[in-house]
Formats: sequence, C-alpha cells, structure tokens
Amino acid sequence: MPIKTVKNAAGRFVPLEINGQPVIPFKGVGKHKPGGRKYAPPVPTCSDYPDDGNKVVSTLEEALRKCGLCDGMTISTHHHLRDGDLVSNKIFELASAMGTKGLVWFPSASFPCNDPVIRYLDDGTVNRIEGSMNGPLGRYVSEGKMEGTAVLRSHGGRVQAIQDGEVKIDIAVLAAPSADPFGNAKGTGGPSACGVIGYAKADYMYASKVIVVTDNLVDFPCFPMEIEGTYVDYVVVVDKIGIPDKIVSGTTQITRSPDRLLIADLTASFLEKSGILKDGITMQAGAGGTSLAIAVFVHEILKNKGWKSKFGFGGSTKYMVKMLEEGQMGYILDAQVFDLDSVRSIEENVNHIPYPVFNAYNYHSYQHDGYNDSWCY
Amino acid sequence: MKKNIAVAGNSGPKVRSDCEILLELKSDGGITIDLISKVKVLYGESIKNLINEILDLFGIEHARVKITDTGALPFVLAARMESAIKQLISTDLEYLPEFLTINNYSTTRERFRFSRLYLPGNAPGLMINAGLHSADGIILDLEDSVAPSKKDEARILVRNALRQISFNGAERMVRINQGEMGLEDLNFVIPHNVNLILIPKCESPEYVKQVERKIGTIRKKFNISNQVYLMPIIESALGVENSFDIALGSDNVVALAIGLEDYTADLGVARTIEGNESLYARSRIVVAAKAARIQPIDSVFSDVADTDALKNNVKTSKALGFEGMGCIHPRQISVIKQGFAPDRSEIEKSEKIVMAFEEARKKGLGVVALGSKMIDPPVVARAQKIIDLAVSLNLISGDWINEVRSLEN
Repeated sequence: MPIKTVKNAAGRFVPLEINGQPVIPFKGVGKHKPGGRKYAPPVPTCSDYPDDGNKVVSTLEEALRKCGLCDGMTISTHHHLRDGDLVSNKIFELASAMGTKGLVWFPSASFPCNDPVIRYLDDGTVNRIEGSMNGPLGRYVSEGKMEGTAVLRSHGGRVQAIQDGEVKIDIAVLAAPSADPFGNAKGTGGPSACGVIGYAKADYMYASKVIVVTDNLVDFPCFPMEIEGTYVDYVVVVDKIGIPDKIVSGTTQITRSPDRLLIADLTASFLEKSGILKDGITMQAGAGGTSLAIAVFVHEILKNKGWKSKFGFGGSTKYMVKMLEEGQMGYILDAQVFDLDSVRSIEENVNHIPYPVFNAYNYHSYQHDGYNDSWCY
Repeated sequence: MKKNIAVAGNSGPKVRSDCEILLELKSDGGITIDLISKVKVLYGESIKNLINEILDLFGIEHARVKITDTGALPFVLAARMESAIKQLISTDLEYLPEFLTINNYSTTRERFRFSRLYLPGNAPGLMINAGLHSADGIILDLEDSVAPSKKDEARILVRNALRQISFNGAERMVRINQGEMGLEDLNFVIPHNVNLILIPKCESPEYVKQVERKIGTIRKKFNISNQVYLMPIIESALGVENSFDIALGSDNVVALAIGLEDYTADLGVARTIEGNESLYARSRIVVAAKAARIQPIDSVFSDVADTDALKNNVKTSKALGFEGMGCIHPRQISVIKQGFAPDRSEIEKSEKIVMAFEEARKKGLGVVALGSKMIDPPVVARAQKIIDLAVSLNLISGDWINEVRSLEN
C-alpha cells in the first residue's frame, strides 16, 4: 500500500500517518499552535496506597504488574544515567519474560549501554523506539530491522508531544539517585548521583502510571524533589541503578588538539568582536572537547572585560561551574550534568538550579534560542 | 645480490596524513599498484596517476607498488615514492611538485623571532596546519626529531613541504644535521626558498663559514636572490666558550640560540625548572649575541602541558635578555609571543620616560626628570626600544605621543 504523503512548509513530502497515528506536517515557523492540556492522565489518589504513604513494592516486576503492563504499551525512561544506565534494559528483560509483546520504548535518549534492547526488538517484546537511536541500536534501525517505524524526537519536541497528547505514556519507569517511600526523588545523593533528573518531568506528570526506581531510599522528604511523589504510583528499591563512572565523567577535558584550540580561540574572539558576547549574555556550552575550549576562552574574555553572564543553561561542566564560582556567571539553569564538579556544584550552590528541559526548547516554553540577547554554541 | 624491494614512509594506527609505500622492481609484467586507502573511492585514480607519473620519470617499467595510505597529500605520496625508488636506483633525478608562488618570500635580519615552531621532518601530519598558529618561524627539522634510518626520506619530504605547504608568512627555517650530513642536507633544501638555516651543536666559527660557503655555492648554481640567514645553536660547553666568535662567524648570522638538553648533558648535570645550572651559559649567550648585534634565542621548554610553568620560564628568559624561544607545540606559541612582547605597564612607563625626554630636549635641559627621579640616558634608550617594539607589534600606534597627549588634555 502506498504511503499517503503531503508537501510540508519546507517543501518536503512527508507522511500524514506514522505507526498508525496521525502526525502534523511542518507548517512554517510560528504557524503551529499546539493545544496542550494541563490535565488528562489519572493521578494516584491516597486510597491507592497505604496510609503511611509508603509506595515501596518489592520488585520492578511486581511494580510493572501492578501498573497493568500489557501488549502495545508505551514505556518511557530518562537518560540521566547516560552510559551507566542499568534500569532501562531491565524493564524489557522482565517484559520479555512476562511474554509481553509490541511495546513502544520512549526514552529521552539512548546510549551504547542500551544495545541489549536489540534482543527485545528481535523477539517482538519491543515494537519500536521513539527517541534517539545511536550506535549499534541506530544501525539496527537504519538497516530496517525494527518492526515499527522509528520516530526521532528532539528533547524539546519530545516534551511537547507528551504535553499535547501526541504520545501517551502508559508507564514511566524513572531511575532516581535518591527517593523517599512516597516517591519524591532527586538527581543528587547516593552511589549513582547524576546531578539532575529534569528530563523526567513531562514523564512523571503525564504518564498514566509512574514507577520510581532507586538504589538510595531516604527518609521523607527527599528534598529538593525534582520528581514530586504526588504523581508517583510505586517505588522500587534495587541494588544498583547505574554504573557510577559511566553516569558522569570524572572530569570533562578541553581538547588538546592545537588546531581545535585555534578554532575555539577564533570562535571566542569572533563572539567578542561581533558584539554577540557582551555583559549580561546568556549562554549554553556543550560537553565536547572543542566547545568546552570555547567556554574557557569566553570565560577569559568575560574576566578581562569585567562582564558577567546573566545565566548559563546546562548541560553543565566544570568550566561553566568555574564561571559561576569565580563570579562571571549569575546562575546555572541545569537540565543535565556532565561531570563530578557539576554534581558537587549543584549540591552546594543555590545559584546552580535544576531546570527541567520541560521549561525549554518547545512551543509551550521559554524560547532561549530565540531570545534576542542569547546565543548557543 | 642487488636489493629489489624498498619501503618508505610511515603507517600504523596513530599515523595520519602519511603513507607507507612498498616498491618491488620486476623484470616484466608492467606496473601493478595495490592501494589501501580510506579515500580510495575519491582519490584512488589520482593517486595511481601520480605514482605512474613518478615511475615514468625514473624510467621504471616493471614494478609492484603497495601503498598503505592514511590520507597523504600528493606531495607526501610523491616524497615517499621517490624515497623508495632512490633506495633501489642511483639517480640525480628529482620529482619536484609545483612550487607555490605564495611561498616565494624573503625575510629581514631584524624581524622578530619570538616564537619558532619545531616540526619533525618526517611527520607530514604535523606540517599541514602548522602555518595556522602564527609562529614567527616554522622549523622543518632534519636533526634530532628524525630517526637515523629515516634521514634520507625526511630530506625529500622536507623539500616537498617547502614547495607545497604555505606557512602563512612565517619565516621558513630548516634545522640541518651536524657535520658533513648537515652540509649535504643543504642540497635538498636551499633551492626551495629557505629563509634561515639552524646549525645544531655549533662549536666553532669555522663550521658556520663552511655552511655559509656551501649555501653560497647552491644559491649561485640555482640563481637564488633571497637571502639565507643563519642561526647557530649552542649546545655544549665548547660552544658556549666560542659563542662570540660563532656569532661573528658570518654576516648572515642573525641570531644565536641555546639548546639546554645537550648543554646540561655535556656538563653532566640535570636540567631543572629553575635552570641555575645553565644560568651562566644563558647569560653568556645573551652577552655574546648582544655584542654581535644579533638576537639571543632561548631553549625550548619541554613540558607542553604546563602553561603556567612556561609563562614563568618566558618571564625569566626575557629578564635575562633573550628575545625569543623555541616551541615544540603550537599551544606554546601565544604564551611565548605574549611573554616576550612588552606588557601594558612596561609600555606606559616607557611612554612617560620618552615624553619626559622630549620635553627636556625641547627646553634645552641637560637632565631628564620624571617626577622627582633623575633619568639616565641608557634608561631613555631602553624605553625607546620598548616603544619601538610596541609600535612594530601594533600594540600602540606610530603616533602614540599625540594620542597620549590628547588623552591627557
């Protein structure tokens, strides 16, 4: 059967339907006004759990069963444990053993450690992935081996799809470095600290059922809570949610390549001379070797000129933390943390603020990139 | 039995922008070329054409060629092929890639030589982008950075690099080997516009004269008008003792450098960060160079990762009177250049002194005073030197006096 396509505003022919669900072709910048709802999915009620607020169940399998795991459900996870994630694969291992078929995995990103999911794509447990697909997982998808059609979603686009009901999450399984029995959770503390878990916000607010998985159960209240227990159905305690040295790098390093350092140096001085870099600038810095080096040169310029960045938007690294600590940056608004210095900073410094990606990069949020004195690199 | 298989160049997991060529001469069967390269689809044809052209020049009709390529540019492929051929055939022929006209510039005696970047003569990957980093000079090194077994192929590679790589206006330098081998090196490089020759482990003015004579002969033969300057490197106790004579060894000596690794080895002492063991030698070189009205140039700083230590080292070096330093990594260049250039406070102080001197001269006063301090003529001369340097480095404008005055008013 031929696929029905339509010409979008960028002049491309795109399908009107993917995986049996309608999709909206690009209409042009500012033309689409999505209708997100602030309510819709069921929220747990106090009669659902014991009077003492303890939602702990003994295993992830039990939690999945209680959530009513069945064929064709959409299961979401976040990627804050990066390449050290031990939770996502476990979900599909259990689902496969339980004989569940045709699940949709909806991660905020995937890493090489998630390659075992290929096995569950092969045996039919998982029908498709909607999210990012890299490395061997990406190759598997590119080779057309996945049963469903892959949908690649940007971080912001993913949140918007959840808010607007384009993707309905049946069960969100959210790993948390610290959590209390009521389900309040955060990205710091414990052996698997990853700094922040802001990518999980849309998931815990909009999923029909929410499971928090932790290896560090703390007394109520787990504060400051990034996941609010009110929205959580079950809490599972496991030995280990992640492999610490694969979650954040011990230290992020700027490039040592002289050519790349030169590119970084020239970029920073271009930003200065073109007037883009100025007092009160808001900025974002990547975690790659060259962009980190740009951050170092930019920091030098800020220092020499006596300028201060209003805020930096994380992914944070030690180089941004240095700007904050040495007074060249007012705040770090942080959606994800890349190294141990940043984990330390977010625990210690009140001006280093967890800032869910929920609040950026999509139709319903503050558009940092479009703001007139902002820039990204 | 006559050798009929030769290998030239480099390959391996860490090698980039190079190739290894195996050449086997045959008695029949024509030319077969076996190419292993990531860019074979894009450049396979042109690589094979180049190899055929070179074999043709040297009159080779039957051979097996195996090329393991890691992204070699044509001048590298040509150099490796020529090296392999010359291991098997005795010939005076050369396969010369086109000489880029942009490379045909000369330099002056007085130009700054704050930073000069060493490039190993047999590592093409480090040469290609070297000109981007704005070093005052680029040194293609045939001496210590080249393994003894690779000396021949480095000569051909350096020759081709001089013809094909643009160093963006940096002074084009070559460090030759010691003794007879060094004199032979000159045949490979002088015809291809070298601005300056570094003479390593120089111990006598006689050797400087020998180098000078050899360069003269080659320049005459190839009708070269651009000047070739000399920078002897003093690396032994004997060299230090003879440094003033070496500095005067030829009119073309424009700088005297010191090499501390070999010098400390000659003394039988360890080289330290503080450098007390070489203080005498360094000062002696500075004095010899200044007496001969040439530039004293300091030894390289070998801890590439430690920028702060390099900064301190440059500070000391400048304070001793040196006017430049070698670099073994591009990231040292800006640190060294900034370190040797006059800083803001030096410039401001010098401006005040020179202006006070001008005032006094206008008023016909014999004595210059700045505030309550008397200023001696040598102090004025030094201030003027710093001002000249700052102007020529574009740190202040040539019209600085009027600019300072307008600010004061």
